Amino acid sequence: MKQNPERNLYMKKVFERTASLKDVPTHYCPGCGHGIVHRLICEVIDELRIREDVIAVAPVGCAVIAYEYWDFDCSEAAHGRTPCVATGIKRILPDKIVFSYQGDGDLAAIGTAEIIHTANRGENISVIFINNTVYGMTSGQMAPTTLIGQKTSTTPFGRDIKRDGYPLKISDLLAQLAGSRYIERVSVNSPANIIKAKAAIKKAFKNQIEKKGFSLVEVLSPCPTYWGLSPKDACKWITDELSKYYPLGVIKDG
Amino acid sequence: MCGNEVIGEAAIQAGCRFYAGYPITPQNELPQYMSRRMVEVGGTFIQAESELAAINLVFGASAAGARAMTSSSSPGISLKQEGISYLAACQLPAVIVNMMRGGPGLGNIAPAQSDYFQATRGGGHGDYRTIVLAPATVEEAWNLTRHAFDLADEYRIPVMILADGILGQMMEPIEVITTRSSVNGRMANNEYRISKPWALTGCRGRKPNVIRSLLLGDGELEEHNKHLELKFNKIKSKEVRFESLYTEDSDLVVVAYGTTSRIVRAAISAARRERVRVGMLRPITLSPFPVDALQKLAKKAKAFLVVEMSLGQMLEDVKLAVLGEKPVYFYGRTGGVVPTEEAVLSAIREIFETKSRKKFIHEKSF
Repeated sequence: MKQNPERNLYMKKVFERTASLKDVPTHYCPGCGHGIVHRLICEVIDELRIREDVIAVAPVGCAVIAYEYWDFDCSEAAHGRTPCVATGIKRILPDKIVFSYQGDGDLAAIGTAEIIHTANRGENISVIFINNTVYGMTSGQMAPTTLIGQKTSTTPFGRDIKRDGYPLKISDLLAQLAGSRYIERVSVNSPANIIKAKAAIKKAFKNQIEKKGFSLVEVLSPCPTYWGLSPKDACKWITDELSKYYPLGVIKDG
Repeated sequence: MCGNEVIGEAAIQAGCRFYAGYPITPQNELPQYMSRRMVEVGGTFIQAESELAAINLVFGASAAGARAMTSSSSPGISLKQEGISYLAACQLPAVIVNMMRGGPGLGNIAPAQSDYFQATRGGGHGDYRTIVLAPATVEEAWNLTRHAFDLADEYRIPVMILADGILGQMMEPIEVITTRSSVNGRMANNEYRISKPWALTGCRGRKPNVIRSLLLGDGELEEHNKHLELKFNKIKSKEVRFESLYTEDSDLVVVAYGTTSRIVRAAISAARRERVRVGMLRPITLSPFPVDALQKLAKKAKAFLVVEMSLGQMLEDVKLAVLGEKPVYFYGRTGGVVPTEEAVLSAIREIFETKSRKKFIHEKSF
């Protein structure tokens, strides 16, 4: 009989490669938060043992080719229509675990109507919402979530409320809807926050498994490239500036 | 049942179990019918927040392997074009109904055929074609709707049913031939499903499936578009449908589709009573267009007349098929005005009078 070498040596496996995450380099910039969030999602999927039941919907934006990194079924969607595609899949296959992965442009600008009505119908899906306050893929234009005064490629003098309006707290808005079940804002700018982010993502998936309804996790995510900061300073900027306007924590639960 | 409701029931009978739509006249009876019927058969009905949402809900349902449908009328179909382009690119089957109304813009709610260009040229951005079916009667709408789902699945392509407000609102008797015991009972959702190994169903026991249209690699998109072209060439060779009326002995062949073909049919009967040798070719598939049939007729007939509820859209396809061999005349009304039988008859008479004076002018309007 084959012996378990781990037991014999009194050793316990404390780390292994995340099975749902493909062993390939990503295209993301140094210091980008997408890679961390991809990994957290995959860790959650592995821990819940649902890889073979998961169907993801990737957005238009930096994460459009997320399926190059995720080892489960995935569809692209037209810009902003990501929750509609996820809803269509979920309604046909209600026992599968369907999540959409969306950026701030996808979810809070071009897809505002779609996310509001998907949440309001209480669709039993999970949404991972990456808020990095810029359009990364198209070279750092102003997003609906860009902070007042923040410089972007289309707000070269800083976001001006008279011209550009206010940063949109879309998660708070979605929390007002009777159809939404769970909404939390997290960040991936420190090890402690990453652990909290993973717990929130896990809850969003568990809610879906338990058929509790619409769950959304907003992730404040660094974009050092278009913030013009080093990766380290980008993480600090989330603490000092971004999370002041977008406070971390549970916005709605139940 | 009116045409809209008949299309809804035909879709149910074809195994469609997902419908998403948004209200717009003159197709409202269709979503209303589906809202009740989908519940009865255990399917999904969603009144979407917009046409954009509706077509993308259909995208998701189709990606998951279901037979899915949406419907609208002209302004709403413009909004759906984004999704139709993605469906075509991702090779997802879907059925889209357009009960055309007068345009451009908000136009009016009267019947029109002015979305022909949009329907037959793909409609959205990019290099692609879709199948477009044009029923002329409620009974044909019943048959073509069922056929549309089969075509969509077989070729993994969006199929549009292009009709107008008259057909949508009209009631006509239909003969229903059902071969399955599913007329009113519940049907297994997968009874009509052909094998869809590409669908997103979770990767149990297989490699993950990906549905995508972003192809950034060198030459990747050209290769993909050529694949779509090859597929459409196969559709061209196998799926063209048309109806011929008195074309064997006709000097003049009238080309008309949908509701307009019914008016033309009446005008031709009247003309035949006057011993005028006129016939009709009615395209049933507008895309692919019956090019070969028209080319053959161009050898025998002396002239063509295109009648449309537009300022001349199918006219261009007829001219492309005839390739200058014979004159092509045109009579059309636009903005929701329906041509009368008398107007078509006088157009026919005028061509014969002109012909006798040997004064053929291409593309003459009346």
